[in-house]
Amino acid sequence: MMIEQLLDQEQEAIVDVDKLSVTFGSQEVLKDITLKIPPGQTLALLGESGCGKTVLMKSIIGLVKPTVGKIEFDGENINQLTARQLSRMRLRYGFIFQNAALFDSMTIGQNVAFPLRQHGRFSDNQIREMVLSRLSEVGLPDSVVFKKPAELSGGMRKRVGLARALIMNPELIMYDEPTTGLDPIMSDVINELILRTRSRNPVTSIVVTHDMHTARKVADRVVMLIPRQRLDPGENQVIFDGSVKELETCRDRRVQQFVNGEAGERLMEMRANGHDQ
Amino acid sequence: MSTIASNNPKPRLAARITGWFTEWVSDWGELVISSCVALGDFCLFVFSTFRWMFSRIPKGETLWPNFYQVGVSSLPVVALTGTFIGVVLALQSSSQLGHYGLTNQLGGVINLTLVRELGPVLAATMLAGRVGSAMAAELGTMRVTEQIDALSAMGADPIHYLVVPRFLACLLFIPTLTIMADFMGVAGGYFYSNIWLNIDQHYYWTNSAKFVNNFDLFTGILKSLFFGSAISLISCYQGFNCKPGAEGVGKAATSSFVFAFIVILILDLSLGLSLKAVYESWYPGGTY
Ligand SMILES: Nc1ncnc2c1ncn2[C@@H]1O[C@H](COP(=O)(O)OP(=O)(O)OP(=O)(O)O)[C@@H](O)[C@H]1O
Ligand SMILES: [Mg+2]
Repeated sequence: MMIEQLLDQEQEAIVDVDKLSVTFGSQEVLKDITLKIPPGQTLALLGESGCGKTVLMKSIIGLVKPTVGKIEFDGENINQLTARQLSRMRLRYGFIFQNAALFDSMTIGQNVAFPLRQHGRFSDNQIREMVLSRLSEVGLPDSVVFKKPAELSGGMRKRVGLARALIMNPELIMYDEPTTGLDPIMSDVINELILRTRSRNPVTSIVVTHDMHTARKVADRVVMLIPRQRLDPGENQVIFDGSVKELETCRDRRVQQFVNGEAGERLMEMRANGHDQ
Repeated sequence: MSTIASNNPKPRLAARITGWFTEWVSDWGELVISSCVALGDFCLFVFSTFRWMFSRIPKGETLWPNFYQVGVSSLPVVALTGTFIGVVLALQSSSQLGHYGLTNQLGGVINLTLVRELGPVLAATMLAGRVGSAMAAELGTMRVTEQIDALSAMGADPIHYLVVPRFLACLLFIPTLTIMADFMGVAGGYFYSNIWLNIDQHYYWTNSAKFVNNFDLFTGILKSLFFGSAISLISCYQGFNCKPGAEGVGKAATSSFVFAFIVILILDLSLGLSLKAVYESWYPGGTY
């Protein structure tokens, strides 16, 4: 019975990260990460700056190759796909980059329409309507359509990135700090958008955030990573995996520091270790 | 104490020398290994460019801007440099030939040099400087600001989307640039010789026709195709492998030009040698 349940769970996971390690040169960023995400879940990924959250998300979409371990999306090992299969697979992903990563040779409209033009067979009118409705969802006026990314503010660019990632209605959405750099009201608009996207389609989401408010509001599950250098020997890099409630009551000192935003002795620790690296 | 002090330096020096030596060997080893890795990486890059090129035609919207950059925007500068090279060539060769009383042969010498060597090499050099380093900087910036990652993340292949159009632009339009450089060089040489040096037109052109044949024109253009491919592939590769930051982008732009220029010269020499062999086997007894 137990085993059957476990097997069921394995089959169910839409994202299956298995013993993932990523090393850049001599710097080991991620080690032995195992993470299974069932479909429909919204997972908040927490962790201090530089602990490898972005690297983990990029490995899940196949932009970073694992040094060890494997990553499965919907039962397929994404590192064994051909370039073309991977391209097709990525249509099912939406990735919001930390720094938006808009194409700066294109206008905002062209940026948001890019996935549609690349893959869909839509008429120009349909494309225009979809672009405008996505932009208004993230709180941007129609007038930005003809602007270039360089003419927008950082927060506006971020929201354009969000609109671009959501336009194809992906099954798995990865938000890399969607609310960082936004004012509190806009942050909440984005939180609402994340919730609304989820209620509209059965999507799975991973949200990297430093904002406990966002985590509390949108997440079903919270995973917290810790930089490799801060680990006790033999400890796993995932120091917390549970619901938001459990997070608040977690006893681990490092988790509490993060949740409450207290530096504690962290700076002293970092200095003592020569800034970690 | 003093004996230790006088005895010590020798083994220390020896140890230091072996230390230097091992460091030297390991540095060179590292250089060799990293060059091999980079070369292999470059070959894979070229391979996937060709595979994408033959498997799916790029969209017009990615092609036209690149065609314009290479084919139209580069023409004036190539024309200008071509003219000057023609004039300078006429200036220098006329005094050299004058020594031997061969001034009538001037047209042949100038035009042969231009059509075979200087036209293609000059057009390629201008292309590498004007377009190649811009490509490296543009793609490098896209790499650094994660735009290339964003392309992949949205299911567009960056090689298909960014490299193939640039490659095609260079391949298809470098012959026109070469012809432009040839033409302007020939014109520049002619005007200088004819107006300044008052060399007889008739001899100028008949000698040119005697020296320069279709094979020469063909080899010039054939060479330029190789140059164009090399320039676009090297520049795009440099951009794709750009190191982070403004410094990385600057380096990518510079090294794309330096590498492209070296490769142009190497290709020029090796193609020159092979074309000579081909010519001599086609026309036995003829001199290339
Ligand atoms: N392409 C790369 N090459 C080399 N090192 C990298 C690369 N990408 C990330 N790193 C290193 O991996 C570590 C983790 O980076 P990552 O971007 O994942 O941090 P993060 O958790 O997203 O931090 P932040 O919250 O500040 O965005 C950093 O120390 C960084 O230097
Ligand atoms: Mg990050």
